[in-house]
Amino acid sequence: MASAASTDREERVLQIIETARAKRPRFRDEQITLAHGAGGKATQTLIEGLLAPAFGIAELADAGVMENVAITSDSFVVKPLRFPGGSIGELAVNGTVNDLAMAGARPGAMTLAMILEEGLDADILRQEVDAVARAAAAAGVAVVGGDTKVVERGAADQMYLSSTGIGFIDPRAMLAPHKIRPGDQVLVSGPIGEHGTAIMLARNQFDLDAEIESDTCSLWPAVDALLEAVGAELHCLRDATRGGVASVLNELARAAGVAVVAREADVPVSPVVAAAAELLGIDPLYIANEGRLVAFVAPQTADRALEALRGVAGCEQAASIGEVRGDPPGMVLVQTSFGGRRVMDQLVGDPLPRIC
Amino acid sequence: MKFVDEFRNAQLGQALSGEILTELEPGRHYKVMEVCGGHTHSIYKYGIDDLLPENVELVHGPGCPVCVIPMGRVDDGIAVARNEGVIFTCFGDMLRVPGSENTLLDAKAQGADIRMVYSPLDALRIARENPDREVVFFAIGFETTAPSTALTLRRAKAEGISNFSCVCNHVTIVPPLRALLESPDLRLDGFIGPGHVCTVVGARPFEFIPLDYGRPVVISGFEPLDILQSILMILRQLSNGRCEVENQYTRVVPHEGNLRALEVMAEVFELRPHFEWRGLGFISQSALRLSDAYRDFDAEERFQVPGVRVADPKACQCGEVLKGVIKPWECKVFGTACTPEHAIGTCMVSPEGACAAYYNFGRYAREKEAV
Repeated sequence: MASAASTDREERVLQIIETARAKRPRFRDEQITLAHGAGGKATQTLIEGLLAPAFGIAELADAGVMENVAITSDSFVVKPLRFPGGSIGELAVNGTVNDLAMAGARPGAMTLAMILEEGLDADILRQEVDAVARAAAAAGVAVVGGDTKVVERGAADQMYLSSTGIGFIDPRAMLAPHKIRPGDQVLVSGPIGEHGTAIMLARNQFDLDAEIESDTCSLWPAVDALLEAVGAELHCLRDATRGGVASVLNELARAAGVAVVAREADVPVSPVVAAAAELLGIDPLYIANEGRLVAFVAPQTADRALEALRGVAGCEQAASIGEVRGDPPGMVLVQTSFGGRRVMDQLVGDPLPRIC
Repeated sequence: MKFVDEFRNAQLGQALSGEILTELEPGRHYKVMEVCGGHTHSIYKYGIDDLLPENVELVHGPGCPVCVIPMGRVDDGIAVARNEGVIFTCFGDMLRVPGSENTLLDAKAQGADIRMVYSPLDALRIARENPDREVVFFAIGFETTAPSTALTLRRAKAEGISNFSCVCNHVTIVPPLRALLESPDLRLDGFIGPGHVCTVVGARPFEFIPLDYGRPVVISGFEPLDILQSILMILRQLSNGRCEVENQYTRVVPHEGNLRALEVMAEVFELRPHFEWRGLGFISQSALRLSDAYRDFDAEERFQVPGVRVADPKACQCGEVLKGVIKPWECKVFGTACTPEHAIGTCMVSPEGACAAYYNFGRYAREKEAV
């Protein structure tokens, strides 16, 4: 039985922790490690502690909005360049388009910068330029400009791509983290973890063979369908890239000051991804996707939104995976398939660098 | 997944949870230690705490091989990794463990060639592929991983691979358990035995716990139903007045252990006279080093290592937390000097450590209790 004094002390300690947490993280690291690019805690410290204060804005998003125009920058360093289901060129287009789509913007045009390593096989470049052209045509976005740089052998790894995208905010869209409300339902647009798993297996590190393809695709058709079905009742969107669905939920729970409770049993995971994750000791909820979105929708429209999503090619297995609650703010909880609960925290380290 | 999902059946979990209730003595508070970090991981992953009554408390034990490595050993590893031409290999979760100044991840960012491997055999493959480089494997773990290091070294010797060596940090589970049990203020009622260690060493090494210290041990598997069943078996021993080593994990653990694994370990390793454990201090005969026959593969002989002991900070009370004597928040440095970002003690180093878990989820856990 805890005495009153010890309860007071515990309360004081918890208060210290909460005060420390609520503070804006300060970027005090002495050097950059791979963790700063992993999408987890270190990335958040870099963005909130260095970038956001430097540029004088409260919160940096993937895409910025000026009046009815959304603009985004993205860069791509994936290794290997080609992998089952896609390649760096295709990722560059879809990644750019998806950043715009998550802001509720119909993708319009993009520019593409290439940093090439001296000695790169020109056929690889031809293939990737072709992949960019095909993906851009499929996504309905025009490539209107770009830049090319070549660096000495060893100063880059084959090829890096960097893009800028511009899109136009759809009049039906009213998306923002602060629109998320307790009761909102959380949807995902399909089975998770396929991109990260495909890259992992393509690196041949584990001697595992499995039929798995990256999920890379443009998410605008899915966003378009959601907006058509529920309009302003669609509260917020994120594509679950680095750090996976878990990181997106954490980011939004913090930004909106709400709790998210996910139901593990309802999260769609293909048997191949589940098996690979089991073997490697990774939670599929933390594995990267390149063509999966997480949507927060008002409870009364959730069924309609889900039905609309499932009507989009590639989103047939979309599912409702959880809901928003008021408490405890900023936290993501998982109702485990086994009947318990756990806290699903932000990613601390980096299970796999250079996946996009 | 076949042969996996069966052990994660929620209905059976509920049934076990109900049976656990029937074994409890009213008003008694039970503290059960899961010795192995793998169990701690499962307990968090499946939310097993939620299926237990409030008066059954799980205490996380010293069996996380990453958390028990003292800072001085991490410093030694970093010193080896910084040698010109060295490719330094280790398991991924070792990369973030703080030494006195840096982690291996920091050393990697500063230019050391540090690579994550899933198996010591991968390190040996890297050595084969890079004959002009020195490849070092930073070996950690209990008797679970020691045989794979031993087999790798045996293969390196057989193939005559001379550019491969190993920093051996393998530890054994029985001495730290004995150290815990020797403590006069110990408040534990029973132990969930480390299933994977037991696949190698068998059940016999744990018989001293009921015999000498009067605490039941149940060797457990790692799926959620395994763990719940093991807790039930411990509580049943307590309510029946029995005290013995029982094996819940019979599908994997033979009573005698794995004789071939023990044999190769005996060939490759010998006991160190003493070894320092983060949070627990020096424990005699608690770790392994390479035997004379394998001395050539000992990276501590091949490279200059500082070998400087870095004391755990005085204020750190991990030892008491591990023994279940104090709660994490009762430690003097908890939440102030010692946080997950800047961990001082073993219990804060790994996200599965008792202090890190409390730091991250404590408020939530308390609110849950209040409901």
